[in-house]
Amino acid sequence: MSDPRVTPDDLLGIDDLLSDDERAVRAAAREFSRRLIAPQIAEWFENGGIPTMRDLAGELGRLGALGMHLRGYGCAGLSAVDYGLTCLELEAGDSAIRSFVSVQGSLAMYAIWRYGSAEQKQQWLPAMAAGAAIGCFGLTEPDHGSDPGSMRTTARRDGADWLLTGRKAWITNGSIADVAIVWARTDEGIRGFVVPTTTPGFSAPEIKHKLSLRASVTSELVLDDVRLPASAELPTAKGLGAPLSCLNEARYGIVWGAIGAARTAYETALSYATTRTQFGKPIAGFQLTQAKLVDMAVELNKGLLLALHLGRRKDAGTLAPEQVSFGKLNNTRSALEICRTARGILGANGISLDFPVIRHMANLESVLTYEGTVEMHTLVLGQAITGVAAFR
Amino acid sequence: MKIVVCVKQVPDTWSEKRLDPADQTLDRAAADGVIDELDTYAVEEALKLKESLGDATVVVLAMGPAGAAESLRKALSMGADEAVHIVDDALHGSDALATSLVLAKAIEQIGYDLVLLGSESTDARMGVMAAMLAERLGVPQATLASGVAVDGTSLRVTRMTSAAQEEVAATLPAVVSVLEKINEPRYPSFKGIMAAKSKPTSTLSLADLGIDASSVGLAAAATKVLDSTARPPRGERTIIKDDGDAGARIADFLASRKLL
Repeated sequence: MSDPRVTPDDLLGIDDLLSDDERAVRAAAREFSRRLIAPQIAEWFENGGIPTMRDLAGELGRLGALGMHLRGYGCAGLSAVDYGLTCLELEAGDSAIRSFVSVQGSLAMYAIWRYGSAEQKQQWLPAMAAGAAIGCFGLTEPDHGSDPGSMRTTARRDGADWLLTGRKAWITNGSIADVAIVWARTDEGIRGFVVPTTTPGFSAPEIKHKLSLRASVTSELVLDDVRLPASAELPTAKGLGAPLSCLNEARYGIVWGAIGAARTAYETALSYATTRTQFGKPIAGFQLTQAKLVDMAVELNKGLLLALHLGRRKDAGTLAPEQVSFGKLNNTRSALEICRTARGILGANGISLDFPVIRHMANLESVLTYEGTVEMHTLVLGQAITGVAAFR
Repeated sequence: MKIVVCVKQVPDTWSEKRLDPADQTLDRAAADGVIDELDTYAVEEALKLKESLGDATVVVLAMGPAGAAESLRKALSMGADEAVHIVDDALHGSDALATSLVLAKAIEQIGYDLVLLGSESTDARMGVMAAMLAERLGVPQATLASGVAVDGTSLRVTRMTSAAQEEVAATLPAVVSVLEKINEPRYPSFKGIMAAKSKPTSTLSLADLGIDASSVGLAAAATKVLDSTARPPRGERTIIKDDGDAGARIADFLASRKLL
């Protein structure tokens, strides 16, 4: 038996904590990311979109990544850890792809799967799992982000129908979606609605001029007296807890995904530092650079361990929302720091889209904010440890 | 119809490869093992033949340490039907001759109409396995295939060589090695991964194959690696600006590095 030793790409031996199945799922997602995302992502980012997004959605469906942790309706029915590993590998390609998968699977599909009627599930879930139908999730509004309970979009009854009016903002997939899950205030509290995007009065103009998540479609949803039948309401979604439970699903995936983006930046910086020669030796040989690389590796591995810990708890049914906040807060913050450090190590090359560093860095500025800002997750944890809510 | 596809577990193309200083063999612990990308084209071709022929079984065969099971799993998750893993400590350090001996025995034991494999391995890069297997099995070989068609027992292969494109025909059974350009291998889906768990897999030892341990392994290898040196980090680069003669200067540069 040889002495235990470390490998640079798995310093802590975290691979040993994964089952064969989990490694196989990860390998499939990694291959997908390398073959279908990596070769084209810089161009997609630069041009501000993925012209073949419908095809890519179909490929993601074929992989089994859409609603993969849900059971039935053509979903893969895999574990939370499998889902997390997939998010990591997809986001190692680009946060836009992981965002697509998060919104499709954890927000739109999960909302229907958990709160929908039998008819809603049959109508949408199989098509969404296959990537043939694309979903979006409308909760955030132009003036209501961290405090969605004060939303102004309303749904009022008109005979047997509902009439929806209002605006949603920063909605991933909005302009390409076939179906929108829209949350609105009613006389009975906050309710969710399944809105086919062809419904008259619904429009979804794309938000342009982003410098982050440029490969992703981000939209406004404009609801101008959108008339829906009673059957469009999500029957068991009563109150703000329903959309928040969906967000909790999605931000669990972000805990993993952010590590993927950071890993790509770290690997790029490591490879660059060992091959870039200055003053007659690779820059990896300078103590200042080594300190940066080690700090990155330490944070990366801690973040991965944290994600796996949360994943095991999720699969065991013991994961509390505050623990997801812990993971989202730490991992997005660390990942962004890793990307910024990698950007520095690459010097001038760090600002070029020829290297996958500044793209991830810019993307993570969105990931840091969406699905709960650093401030909100800090206050959630503050409340958890002090018993005092600072924001209510 | 039974198609046997030989697959090899190699260090991930994306990872740093090292030789173990103790015996100058590949340090398999230093890099993630993956199915050789070149073999995935053979797996894909077998799956396409199975889809077009209808009645065919695809058996994937690997010789290698315990980790090679992962490569077999991947082939199963792509859609292969069965996996056979030859694993034996005595195989460590086997050269191409010994490998072909072991694979040929296993292929005979499994039974076959067609043997498919990649054109070479991405680690050792010998490119001789198809020829050696055909010789040992006493069947026709068609190497470097960019197209394979089977009709009954007749085989037609398009061969790409540096000089010409050849159309060759043979009668099955036969051994065919395939080029990258032959197809686009499917990637496994999560459903395929789950389905792979219930597919039959078996392991064979040297004893199961009736092979004496002394005829394989590092000690029996026909050549011995005496020493190895890691490639130095990339140093000064040569930039050639095109003043009309860049083509010739690039050719000169490549020739000076013995790359032409």
